[in-house]
Amino acid sequence: MMHLLAADPTLADFGKDPLWITIIKAVMLFVFLMLGVLFGVWFERKLISRMQHRYGPNRAGKFGLLQSVADGLKMGLKEDLFPRTVDKVLYLLAPVIMVVPAFLAFSIVPFAPMVNLFGVQTPLQLVDLPVAVLFMLAMGAVSVYGVVLAGWSSRSPYALLGGLRSAAQVVSYEIAMGLSFVAIFLFAGTLSTSEIVKAQEQTWFAVLLIPSFLIYVVCMFGEAARIPFDLPEGEGELVGGFQTEYSSSLKFALIMMGEYLHTFTASGIAVTLFLGGWRAPWPISLWDGANVGWLPVLWFFIKFVLTFSFIVWVRASLPRVRYDQLMALGWKVLIPVNLAWILLVAAVRNVVINEGDRMIGIGLGAVIVIGALAIWMRFDTVNQRRREARKAQVEAEFEELSKEPVAGGFPVPPLDLPHYHGVQHKEIPSGTN
Amino acid sequence: MDGYFGSYVLVAALLAIGVAIVAGALLANRLLRPSRPTPDKLTTYECGVDPVGDGWAQSQVRYYVFTYLYVVFAVDAVFLFPWATVFDAPGYGLTTLVEMFVFLGFIALGIVYAWRKRVLTWT
Repeated sequence: MMHLLAADPTLADFGKDPLWITIIKAVMLFVFLMLGVLFGVWFERKLISRMQHRYGPNRAGKFGLLQSVADGLKMGLKEDLFPRTVDKVLYLLAPVIMVVPAFLAFSIVPFAPMVNLFGVQTPLQLVDLPVAVLFMLAMGAVSVYGVVLAGWSSRSPYALLGGLRSAAQVVSYEIAMGLSFVAIFLFAGTLSTSEIVKAQEQTWFAVLLIPSFLIYVVCMFGEAARIPFDLPEGEGELVGGFQTEYSSSLKFALIMMGEYLHTFTASGIAVTLFLGGWRAPWPISLWDGANVGWLPVLWFFIKFVLTFSFIVWVRASLPRVRYDQLMALGWKVLIPVNLAWILLVAAVRNVVINEGDRMIGIGLGAVIVIGALAIWMRFDTVNQRRREARKAQVEAEFEELSKEPVAGGFPVPPLDLPHYHGVQHKEIPSGTN
Repeated sequence: MDGYFGSYVLVAALLAIGVAIVAGALLANRLLRPSRPTPDKLTTYECGVDPVGDGWAQSQVRYYVFTYLYVVFAVDAVFLFPWATVFDAPGYGLTTLVEMFVFLGFIALGIVYAWRKRVLTWT
């Protein structure tokens, strides 16, 4: 029993490490993320190349493994420019504002339960807060400042537009994302990531709360600005969006790193909150030793890589959506569905917990479902469009009728052709001109 | 490094480390990189053609309507998250549930109003 207790860290297990352990864990996290970015870029390029029937990077090092290292070196040593009109301070600060919170956001992701790190029992997770998930969302929101400031300080129309778009998009999808977590909090009863993983001992939340998971998966792309939703930098419309004026220098490298880290955070959060965190997948989880010690790092890493590969796969499969479609999806589908789903989960959960209130709970659930459906029918975009089209058609018919008063609404042949009135019809014989 | 704020101290330390690493990288970059600016290099890139007029284009106000909506829903989330954590604790029964329903009802009215006013329709 002690063994099991040791394997599942809770919030109480944090903040007890000696300083040197904390430093080691921080360095490990940074190394993991830096290597992750270097080889993540390589992995993504390789994977997407294979999906598009080409080789991808294969010159630098074995299998092109050193491609990102070479790119990084090039960007670090390349001439950097401050275009004449930019706001120099903000132009320099924007990439920093983008990349630092991205590092911080990953610090709440648990990699493993209690492990033996140089003789000290410690959870393999840098920080856990009572509001860990909120902290992650906040860090995601801070990065938006970086994007907006980058766009604004560049003093270029495309950069500005890209920044504005990004602000509107990321805040919209952040709401839907935050709402998709609420159902998890209802079940786990906490915002702490280690305890959310603990709460998934029996069932993963991806299985238990499928609608939340699906909404999160969609929001993940919006929040990390990955391809179906990479409107902030849509190069077909905005040159390069907010990063247009950053020539490929170290600042550009920082921006790219920030975006990559956001993708990593999105994957890490998907694994932690929905896919059981470091827990072994089902057949393996029957073995008692699967969730103890350092082994869970492997499960976490496999899930993490698979989630990241899924993001790359989507990038290879889907085209970029239009901006109005993006916002319509976020505000008219994801958020309302999410709200209704939260209410439903809460009502059902209430029935399960408070046995006595069963009838009221079921009644509430029914009211929610019916109400949500009614609102949906009333405000659904497709229905709205259909109604408007019908209205426009009626309008057009009235217009036509007002031009032909005789018809009275019935299809009749025209009644005022010349020969009806006995006018001489003059035939022109052939041969004359 | 214990107590309630211990973890937050750690977060602050991590922030400092992050800033230090990025600042160090930028500084090293400054020392290592060549710098030979010419007027042509320093022109704003825009779309590759010489820029015309002022760099800041006017753009539509509709982007900022979304930030209004965001504020509404961010506040909504601030109330929802703590509610979700204490929801199944003893002592919070059906009343808590109904209260949140009423609150979410008001929030939903907000989005329905925006929807009806065609704020969410782009064209």
